[in-house]
Amino acid sequence: MEVVRLTVNGDERVCGVPAHYTLLETLRYGLGLTGSKQGCDKGDCGACTVVLDGKAVLSCLTPILEAEGRHVRTVEGLASGVEPHPLQDEFDLHGAAQCGFCTPGILCSAAALLDREPSPSREDIREALAGNLCRCTGYEKIYDAVEGAAARCRA
Amino acid sequence: MAVIRDMIAPFELYQPTGVDDALRLLEEHRADSWVLAGGLDSFDWFKDRIKRPAAVIDLGGVEALKGIREGADGGLEIGAMTSLADVAGDESVRDAYPLLAEAAGLVATPQIRNQGTLGGNLAQDTRCWYYRSGWPCYRAGGNICYAATPQSMNREHCILGASRCVAVNPSDTAPALVALDAEMFVARRGGEHQQAYAAADFFIGPAIDITRMTVLEPGDLLTHVVLPAPRPGARWYFEKVRDRKSWDFSLASVASALQMDGDRVADLRISVNGVAPYPVRCEAAEAVVRGQLPDDETGLAAGEAAVEDARPLRHNDYKIALMRNLVRRAVRDAA
Repeated sequence: MEVVRLTVNGDERVCGVPAHYTLLETLRYGLGLTGSKQGCDKGDCGACTVVLDGKAVLSCLTPILEAEGRHVRTVEGLASGVEPHPLQDEFDLHGAAQCGFCTPGILCSAAALLDREPSPSREDIREALAGNLCRCTGYEKIYDAVEGAAARCRA
Repeated sequence: MAVIRDMIAPFELYQPTGVDDALRLLEEHRADSWVLAGGLDSFDWFKDRIKRPAAVIDLGGVEALKGIREGADGGLEIGAMTSLADVAGDESVRDAYPLLAEAAGLVATPQIRNQGTLGGNLAQDTRCWYYRSGWPCYRAGGNICYAATPQSMNREHCILGASRCVAVNPSDTAPALVALDAEMFVARRGGEHQQAYAAADFFIGPAIDITRMTVLEPGDLLTHVVLPAPRPGARWYFEKVRDRKSWDFSLASVASALQMDGDRVADLRISVNGVAPYPVRCEAAEAVVRGQLPDDETGLAAGEAAVEDARPLRHNDYKIALMRNLVRRAVRDAA
């Protein structure tokens, strides 16, 4: 058992985990944050995507002790209180979530994109989301929603 | 909901912060050791419980293995633990070695490029699914290749360089580094011994050792890659062909570096990966092009020369036409 300390959505968290745990297992089973999804668990779907020190990464393939002392942002950390993040609001308005399983990972990839590029082109958005599979929507409404959120974040 | 039980076999995790510590740990644990870089290939193996190392040595905290620096003689030195995203986005790489930036930028997905490292991409294991699924094939220490029987599914396997095993090297950065004539630096025996390998010699085929893809043996560490100084008048080409525009490993990829003398090609290197157990250096094709105009006619002749020894398996004869055309474009369209 190892004791790991990391910042999750702005809060200092401490968690006892086996050394071979992944960041995703720690979030879901150690800290009870089940927003990040365990899809393929192999890096083939992107449903577990979180933002680690500003970069979108696959939490299912991140050893937890690699995240020691670092800042993690998950889908639970996007909203401000009861106020949804513009990305979440635009996903709702555009019908960009259907079954919703891929949505937390896509929101995290999109949030990392908007933080580094406030005015992304359609191609930037496609590229930033190229590591997130969605089997329902066909992606177009997701791209529309990210464009809408980018415009609102700039305003 | 039921809690998904962790399926990874427990291991002892070591997190050295210096290269010396890492090398000492590798020497201490040797055959029981596993080098953890970005974790992408490693955790796939661990989760399938096919590889169960006793000691995992995580290089994530070894800062000296990260970063891109000016090397001796005007070249560039890239630490093995530099992320693929950093290689693809680095100004000096993009300016002087655009084919490497392109190759690194076409690996898998944005998330995987943020986590995955140059060293990991070079040293990764093959994707042959018989082998990855834990079948006791030659590569896994058995005495059969499941991918080369009359019933095998071998659309992704090799057309060149087979020796019992028909798996291919999947790395995108490997052919770029072969075309660039880079050098790989390997430290071994706790750091007592250091050796530089020409990129083409770093990768080995099954005829030399069927259980490894590279010269790296247990206890060895790839520390950095050195790119030679860029030469004026150089032209480049890189292309990766895959089933989907994201995620997939290449069906075939080509990298070329041409040294021009006026309109003609003075010298060149062409490398193709995804068609053999190692990135192939296409010397026969290079000989066709040397001294010629890099036009379509020369490209076509080079493509024909490149596939002269190719032998398809049951489901991959398309790779011969693919490789021929990639080499053709790598000569004709280099810019």
